[in-house]
Amino acid sequence: MEAVSDITSQAGTALPLLRIDGVGKRFGGFTAVDGVSLDIRPGEFFALLGPSGCGKTTLLRMLAGFETPDSGRILLNGEDVAGTPPHLRPVNMMFQNYALFPHLSVRDNIAFGLRRAGMRRAEINARVAELVALVRLEGLEKRRPEQLSGGQRQRVALARAVARRPRLLLLDEPLAALDKKLRDSTQRELKALQRTLGLTFIVVTHDQDEAMTLADRIGVMNAGQLVQVATPRQLYETPRSRWVAEFVGDINIIEGRITTREAGRLRLTTGGAGELAATLPPEFGDAAEVCVAVRPEKIRLSLRPPVDDPAGGAINRLEGTVRDVGYLGSASSYTVALDGGASLRVSLANAARLYADAYAVGQRVTAWFSPDDCIVLDR
Amino acid sequence: MSAPRRFDAMSRFNVAALALGLAFLYLPIVILVIYSFNASQLVTVWGGWSLRWYVAFFNDEAMLAAAATSLRVAAVSATLAAVLGTLAALALTRGERFKGRTLFSGMLYAPLVMPEVITGLSLLLLFVALGMERGFWTVTIAHTTLTMCFVAVIVQSRLGGIDRSLEEAAMDLGCGPVRAFVAVTLPLIGPAIAAGWMLAFTLSLDDLVIASFTTGPGSATLPIRIYSEVRLGVKPMVNAICALMIGAVALTIITASLATKLSGRRGGNAAPM
Ligand SMILES: Nc1ncnc2c1ncn2[C@@H]1O[C@H](COP(=O)(O)OP(=O)(O)OP(=O)(O)O)[C@@H](O)[C@H]1O
Ligand SMILES: [Mg+2]
Repeated sequence: MEAVSDITSQAGTALPLLRIDGVGKRFGGFTAVDGVSLDIRPGEFFALLGPSGCGKTTLLRMLAGFETPDSGRILLNGEDVAGTPPHLRPVNMMFQNYALFPHLSVRDNIAFGLRRAGMRRAEINARVAELVALVRLEGLEKRRPEQLSGGQRQRVALARAVARRPRLLLLDEPLAALDKKLRDSTQRELKALQRTLGLTFIVVTHDQDEAMTLADRIGVMNAGQLVQVATPRQLYETPRSRWVAEFVGDINIIEGRITTREAGRLRLTTGGAGELAATLPPEFGDAAEVCVAVRPEKIRLSLRPPVDDPAGGAINRLEGTVRDVGYLGSASSYTVALDGGASLRVSLANAARLYADAYAVGQRVTAWFSPDDCIVLDR
Repeated sequence: MSAPRRFDAMSRFNVAALALGLAFLYLPIVILVIYSFNASQLVTVWGGWSLRWYVAFFNDEAMLAAAATSLRVAAVSATLAAVLGTLAALALTRGERFKGRTLFSGMLYAPLVMPEVITGLSLLLLFVALGMERGFWTVTIAHTTLTMCFVAVIVQSRLGGIDRSLEEAAMDLGCGPVRAFVAVTLPLIGPAIAAGWMLAFTLSLDDLVIASFTTGPGSATLPIRIYSEVRLGVKPMVNAICALMIGAVALTIITASLATKLSGRRGGNAAPM
């Protein structure tokens, strides 16, 4: 897979806070991080997303100074930080396991970095009180970490990491240990905190919903490489490659070959879904063997075939039988076996409460979607 | 209703077994302590309660000198052992994985099971070969070699339970590597080091074999002194000295286990004691 460089796409914008330029890291013969280039703007909330073992933590540890890159440069405000040890970098990290000091109270944990910075006692007290209020830990200042719940520990770790007002805060799976409810509320707090303090965050996660909710931009990593950097919407609606399309969210992939290509419109023959029409994406090469990707919520179902739109633009209509219905509360997920052989996943919102299961298993239906909703990708 | 009765029987059996075991272990000590308060000249004849043998001990210059030597040897060797043992434990758990690390780990434990006669004899040969005059320092060094591996084992097991990312977090928050160690790791392994120190202290205090190989004229330790007295017939004063030693050892052991408990409560697993 070809890696992307984010640097060129941003030429002309303000000086980045952080520039990662061709950074690589090998462990023995194994390449953990492979030529990653990325710019982070001041005040940005950036998420690093990728499957387990793809090198996210390693990249973060290089930014914090715990690992030395084998190649490339890391520039913080234009300065190469290669030779700067962790304790001299204006960067703080929130560790995956929180790494709270077990022998110190909540208060002393939060104040730890401030004491090292040589702040006055009164100043430290004021700052700690402010942080304790910010992460809502009032009344727990004297407790030891082991006397706290998981969510409270996580908030102590967060307060400790932001205490020194680092220009860049690195968070390694900050919410991984929390349950769904707590995670949702903490996500909102995290975002609010970042706005209030005006900090720059890089968050590592393998939870895509988390990345989508939190981040201004998302960098997707695979096998040590950065494969796409985009806003959440771009990432979801215009993935750069088949791998990204399949990794981010749910998607139907239909392989086919282009038969005609005219006026921004492609026609394809596919193995499992017959003839399809798709909108030609900009900057599309001249490959003929491609795949068409359609998100489940972009497909609609009806009992009778819908009429063609009068403008003459074809709507893709595929006949099939409902094979499986999954009720998920806010939406239902249908699996439709197409007559052509392929299988489509379709997601429909349950907009009305007393809406009897419109499409039952075994029912003949027509699945239809607009050519604009087709993502055409290299195979 | 038979289950509780059987449980009672079991527990009565347990209590009896426990009492028997404890009696076996502690009856001789209890008798020794009681006889240390014996007023009689004869060790085996009870002549009523008295503190005369304690008074006699505190008036016996030679015995007091030996006791002072023992305490000094124990304190110095325990301190050296605490430092060296901690360093060894750090090197073995924290150092880069080097070739033969497992072998080194194993070698560290060897003195734990080595017969004391062998340790004593080999040290004696070493000191003779080096031309060292035998006395306070040779005993102290010998005791340090004996006890530092105990400290290393205790500290190593505590270190293993401490997350490396704690030190990284300290560095992230502005500590240099040394400061990070002092601010985070040292407080966490401190109780284990203290426990190791006290164990080393008691081991040194009651060692006879190694001390008699490595000591020289004028620096006899208390066990050596007692042993030579006893060879000429047991005097009741020895009972008093032994009772005092038992008191000292018991005190250190109790403090050491309290320290270990404390270190365990501070997170992670406790050192084995
Ligand atoms: N110190 C090391 N020595 C050897 N290999 C390592 C070391 N640290 C990481 N690796 C390897 O590098 C790869 C990337 O590891 P990394 O921890 O960065 O993954 P990750 O993306 O953070 O995964 P996860 O989401 O599971 O935390 C992994 O395959 C891992 O086995
Ligand atoms: Mg990780």
